[in-house]
Amino acid sequence: MSFFRETWIVFVRSLRLSIREPVWIFIALAQPIMYLTLFGPLLKKVVQSTPGLPPGDAWQVFVPGLLVQLGIFGAAFVGFGLIAEYRAGVIERMRVTPAHRVALLVGRVLRDVVVLLVQASVLTLVSIPFGLRAPLGGVLLALLVVALLGAAFASLSYAAGLVLKTEDALASVLNGLAIPILLLSGILLPMTLAPKWLRITSDVNPLKHVVDGVRAMFRGDLGSATTGWGLLATVALVAVGLLVGTRTFRRESA
Amino acid sequence: MINARELSRTFRTRSGPVEAVRGVDLDVAPGEIFGFLGPNGAGKTTTLRMLTTLLVPTAGEATVAGCDLRRDPVGVRRRIGYVAQGGASLPQAQAGEEVTAQARLYGISRAEAEARGRDLFSRLDLEGLWNRTCQSLSGGQRRRLDIVLGLVHSPQLIFLDEPTTGLDPQSRANLWQHISRLRDEGATVFLTTHYLDEADSLCDRISVIDHGVIVASGTPEELKRQVSGDAVVLTLEDPARSADAAALGAVLDGADEPVIDGAQVLVRVPHGAAVLPHLLRDLDSKRVALTSVEVRRPTLDDVFLSLTGRSLRDEPAA
Repeated sequence: MSFFRETWIVFVRSLRLSIREPVWIFIALAQPIMYLTLFGPLLKKVVQSTPGLPPGDAWQVFVPGLLVQLGIFGAAFVGFGLIAEYRAGVIERMRVTPAHRVALLVGRVLRDVVVLLVQASVLTLVSIPFGLRAPLGGVLLALLVVALLGAAFASLSYAAGLVLKTEDALASVLNGLAIPILLLSGILLPMTLAPKWLRITSDVNPLKHVVDGVRAMFRGDLGSATTGWGLLATVALVAVGLLVGTRTFRRESA
Repeated sequence: MINARELSRTFRTRSGPVEAVRGVDLDVAPGEIFGFLGPNGAGKTTTLRMLTTLLVPTAGEATVAGCDLRRDPVGVRRRIGYVAQGGASLPQAQAGEEVTAQARLYGISRAEAEARGRDLFSRLDLEGLWNRTCQSLSGGQRRRLDIVLGLVHSPQLIFLDEPTTGLDPQSRANLWQHISRLRDEGATVFLTTHYLDEADSLCDRISVIDHGVIVASGTPEELKRQVSGDAVVLTLEDPARSADAAALGAVLDGADEPVIDGAQVLVRVPHGAAVLPHLLRDLDSKRVALTSVEVRRPTLDDVFLSLTGRSLRDEPAA
């Protein structure tokens, strides 16, 4: 089907552009690695002496949070690249071809997913010398979740970029969303520590369930309800992200 | 190649609807270079974006390259090429890779895409730039790359939106040659411009759009003939005598109301050269001294001025 062929063409073109400047792929890794080295060691004692934390050692609690954070924020900024392409006239040039408009979105999202998987794998490997121990199956499932999460947020970011069309506007939106998402998802500290009102508030945030799910995967609890809810929340986010992205890319004047 | 009837587009804005294009009729024959002229904001680009399927018309019908604009936009896209005003290449991308990817989006195989791209590179004087990044190209080279991107699938109909804006005179002349050659090879070219010399020397036929409606159509010659006669331009030594000179001009056979601009007096007459001896004798007898006399055949700028009340040349950038 031509849709897959077109998606592949857009994917390969985008990936080439990323590979040409690999430094960005690793600059994006700097932040989680700094959290790992400069913040992670503080947690070890905290985890040992704090009741109410989910089971697992400090790294099994902390690294999943970093992975989810990478999945969200690594992808959330891709809209800036799209604005640059829009301004250069590339989006319009591709829109006058017979190619399916959704292929223009999905090809780019796939590139972001690949980049994210490389970053997430590096982050996981770097965590091992710090003391991370986790079952391989759980880690692989967690990477799948990160990939899907990246697809959802990349798609939303592209849609936002295409609608807003300026870096300033996109930056404002991302800044406005980043802090509540970060604080209400238990990425840094698990929400099991939260007072009741905060826990209930965070329960509404699907990302909190994703983080809890990924933590369960890192413990090897693949059959647990927490893992299930995490996967469900991830799939729901992907559905919403792709729906919004697809609708925006199909719109005529976008 | 293009038949448009009553094509219209209204934009909804916060301050109410804006009718950018109000019932445009266009007929472009196969194999011609068609010029679409108008000041900024006249509706040129909106019309172009409708004809290239980027905007859906709010009213009207059009057939473009044999396909119905509303019912078969993908068919239109397959058959047309579009070179946008603002360019189409990403600074950090490699020129050749962009061209190959673009061709492949039209369903062309990888090998064929590269062959066509390299052929176009050599025809548009871009040889040796295949592996360069777009940002390392000069302005003229980058514009020609935009054109390669719009031609790589060999469209029957090519839309060029302000193709030479921002280019130096040499690059412009060079691009004109390439555009003429497209027509000679059988393609149809639809171009917008606000350079009248460009329209005059390049286009077989022209339509002028202003405030969203077509105000004139025809060959450049036909349009120029619509402006009655030649302009006789007198430049006086003493600007204070311009009223006297204008009075003498006004009584010439078939003369329009003379226009005074400082030391210059412009009067439009059917045959400029024929009235000149008589006029000069009269001026001399009234002791109105001249520094120069010029008889100007009508230009497209005159056409534009008489049609829209504005000069394209003096128009501030919108």
